[in-house]
Amino acid sequence: MPNAVLAGIEVEVNDEGFFEDPTQWTEEMATELADIYGVPTPLTDQHWTVLHFMRQEFFEKGTGPTVRKLGKTSGVTVKELYQLFPKGPAKLAARVAGIPKPRGCI
Amino acid sequence: MEHPKNFVILGAGTGGTLAANRLRKMYPESDLQIDVVDQDNDHVYQPGLLFVPFGLAFPDEIVRPRDRQLHDGINYHENPVEKVDIEDNKVTLENGTELAYDALLIATGSVLEPGETEGLTDTGWMESVFSFYDLPGATALAEKLSTFRSGRLVINIIDMPIKCPVAPLEFAFLADWFFTENGVREDISITYVTPLDGAFTKPTASATLAELLVKKNIELVTEFNTGEVDGEAKKLIGYDGTEVEFDLAVVIPLHGGAAYVHDSPGLGDELGFIPTDNQTLQSTVADNVFVLGDAADIPASKAGSVTHFEGEVLMENIEAFLEGKPLEASYDGHANCFIETGFSKALLIDFNYETEPLPGHYPGPVGLPLLKESRLNHIGKLMFQSFYWHGLLQGRDVPGLGPNMPTSGKHTADA
Repeated sequence: MPNAVLAGIEVEVNDEGFFEDPTQWTEEMATELADIYGVPTPLTDQHWTVLHFMRQEFFEKGTGPTVRKLGKTSGVTVKELYQLFPKGPAKLAARVAGIPKPRGCI
Repeated sequence: MEHPKNFVILGAGTGGTLAANRLRKMYPESDLQIDVVDQDNDHVYQPGLLFVPFGLAFPDEIVRPRDRQLHDGINYHENPVEKVDIEDNKVTLENGTELAYDALLIATGSVLEPGETEGLTDTGWMESVFSFYDLPGATALAEKLSTFRSGRLVINIIDMPIKCPVAPLEFAFLADWFFTENGVREDISITYVTPLDGAFTKPTASATLAELLVKKNIELVTEFNTGEVDGEAKKLIGYDGTEVEFDLAVVIPLHGGAAYVHDSPGLGDELGFIPTDNQTLQSTVADNVFVLGDAADIPASKAGSVTHFEGEVLMENIEAFLEGKPLEASYDGHANCFIETGFSKALLIDFNYETEPLPGHYPGPVGLPLLKESRLNHIGKLMFQSFYWHGLLQGRDVPGLGPNMPTSGKHTADA
């Protein structure tokens, strides 16, 4: 299992860079992760809304939401999601929020 | 059972019909009253929709009355569902009828939501932008294709989940065959545009299908997330601003659950699908609510074969539930599908939650070839319609073919 050092702490990630253990994630790591994956920084309030929503969904339902579900429930539209997390919002936001790859993307 | 229990089934498609007929065989009317509800009386053999645009099937061949597929002793209500009250165990229909239930089976499938995509149903809809996922769309597309002689055909999946995830690929393969037969293939480009990172969801099958696309000169565009369909400028516009131009677009719209689910508090998720246990097929919203087929949110394909295999497992669990016993039957995610590849050939894939589609033979070492084009699979696909009406819906078991995925004929070494 490859490890990564984020905000000075060693965390477990899988081959694709998704967190193995979301409880290892801290808010300090998000900015570093955003830089690594090309998410525009500094992170805005809207970014944080999405990141916290992703984590909440993961801990409640066992998987992060798909883009469509995010657009319907996070308070941020799908169009805005693509501006906040260009290319693939669900996957990208999952990486930055420190949760595994959402099931819907598989 | 002391007095007849009320069993209500919403939906008289593949799942609702096979479940009603199986339950009627399992229980006499003195033990179980069965009420089935659907909004119309047209049972469409949905796999047939793929063939309609190419003149290989006609609407009257693939539609039969819903009530005629149900056995004697089953009450049929032709009326839309208004809402389900899971607290009071009651279904209300739009005409005011109230059906109280001891147990409820939801089998209302998924619906197309073209209106959810910007521009999709505006200029050009049913003129240069079509879907073949329902009968009006498939029929209109047949007329369009018969006169389409040159230009860019683009096939686009807006987003998953969709019914029969292989059907758009089959459409591309059949379009290649159709234009070749008509002598216009050289003047038409075919492009397959998908939000997935490959031709299909499962890696081994995805690679095989991508090779077939190359062989048939069909361009593959992956990870394209359609944000808008501009029918006037004739282009798909991705959320990231990238564009794909077309002369004729065949779009698979977003799918969601049936409308009443959104009007039934606590019943469904944001998309209108019902949260369901992957294995027992009991909903997680109420113990006496079960879910069969596309209406469930489980990570299996929305496909008739899934519904068929689920049905056998579900009957055991419903029986256990009605008798107050623990639910022990477990669905393994088994799915299989014939993938029509044109020129009278087809592939067959067979998989479940854990095992991806593998090469070999189905259902055992001597059987239909898996993950390989063959004429036998094409014949199998065509013959299936007869089995659908006369075997599957009637609730007949197939000797030697259980609900779980067989492994004996498969090459599992590289799994």
